[in-house]
Amino acid sequence: MNNGNTRIGVLTIIAAFMLAMMPLPDWAIAFRPDWVTLVLIYWTMALPTSIGVTIAWCAGLMLDVSHGALLGQHALGLVLVIYIIHSQHQRLRVASLLQQAIVIFFLLLLKQALVLWVSGIMGHAPDTWLYFMPSLSSALFWPWVYIILRDLRRKFAYKTHY
Amino acid sequence: MQPLFLQGPSVTLRTLALVIASIGLMTLDHRWGQMETVRNTLSYVLYPLQYTIDLPIRLYHWTDETVSTHETLLDEKRQLEDLNLQNQVRLQKLDILEKENIRLRELLSATAKTGEVVLIAEIINVDVDPYRQLIVINKGTNDNVYISQPLIDAQGVMGQVIHANSNSATAMLITDASHALPVQVDRTGLRAVAFGTGKIDQLDLRHIPHNADIRKGDTLITSGLGGRFPANYPVAVITHIERSPDEAFVTVTAEPLALLDRSREVLLVWHNQPQTPLSSDE
Repeated sequence: MNNGNTRIGVLTIIAAFMLAMMPLPDWAIAFRPDWVTLVLIYWTMALPTSIGVTIAWCAGLMLDVSHGALLGQHALGLVLVIYIIHSQHQRLRVASLLQQAIVIFFLLLLKQALVLWVSGIMGHAPDTWLYFMPSLSSALFWPWVYIILRDLRRKFAYKTHY
Repeated sequence: MQPLFLQGPSVTLRTLALVIASIGLMTLDHRWGQMETVRNTLSYVLYPLQYTIDLPIRLYHWTDETVSTHETLLDEKRQLEDLNLQNQVRLQKLDILEKENIRLRELLSATAKTGEVVLIAEIINVDVDPYRQLIVINKGTNDNVYISQPLIDAQGVMGQVIHANSNSATAMLITDASHALPVQVDRTGLRAVAFGTGKIDQLDLRHIPHNADIRKGDTLITSGLGGRFPANYPVAVITHIERSPDEAFVTVTAEPLALLDRSREVLLVWHNQPQTPLSSDE
């Protein structure tokens, strides 16, 4: 019964990876939302039994390869974010979109801070506050991501949880 | 029926294991650089995505070429023929000079420089990390690309390969904040190290003493020290020099000659001969 869900989940994660690598005009690059994390957060909230920390870790490693970062740099942050989402998914589901967006903003700040920390140890930390912009833009995009993914899930899956 | 309680402790344990695995991977990757096989495997999954993203841009260039008029093509052809003629004349002189150089080197019983092999690679248009100067190219270990291989374009040195996968590679540009390139001023032979600044159009030369003979407009070329880059390729032009008496060194900034943000094609260089004893461990 979960087949439709799995398929649409994998497709949306692939789409998120493509959005994350899509060339943007120079002014927009700093504001690119963290699509992969947003999509993973949604699926963890919707299907906590099938999508969780392990898949998040694999996605994080892929992000590291695509960013040319140290292997594990994004994976570490992503695993922690998804762990928190996973443990709180029942509370988050009943929260309003605005409240969810606020939580996601702080979780993404945590993730970015972890990535920044490792970059700093490596000696190439960015020296601008714009670095944290993706957290803000991701939080702003969250309601749309949520609604689009929910509609996709309802359309393609046979079973809905809530 | 969905279970009400989702195996609480096991998720925590799994997270803990994954966190430790992440830290372990990072350490292995950074200290020993043995993670290239893992990276390579993952890049197999990623490459089709990168290729698909690049496809519209590729298609645009292709249509641009296909639908361009007869006139434009003829114009372009004429221009290229002229350019070819000019280059050939220059090359004739260069040939003679090179032979003379080899003869003179033989007289001095110094090792003759051998030619370098180059291969054209195309940049895949994907955004990497916005705060680092990295590019992805469409050649990999299948074409014998190796880690730390130099990359140039028609104007000058671009950077070096940092990760080589089977059919793609990631390269770091010389302006990346963690890149340093041994250079020399071609007018005086003064040696220096050009550090990347993280800005696409700026390099910094550090530790230049106050009495050094260096001027605005001087061209920097690779010195070949360190053995990674072949010697005598143009790198940058000095744009700004500030000599302030209260600083220990002169502040020198330079602008790279290579079209770092505009080139579509890049040249991978193979240079095998050890030019300095330093490179023997490469």
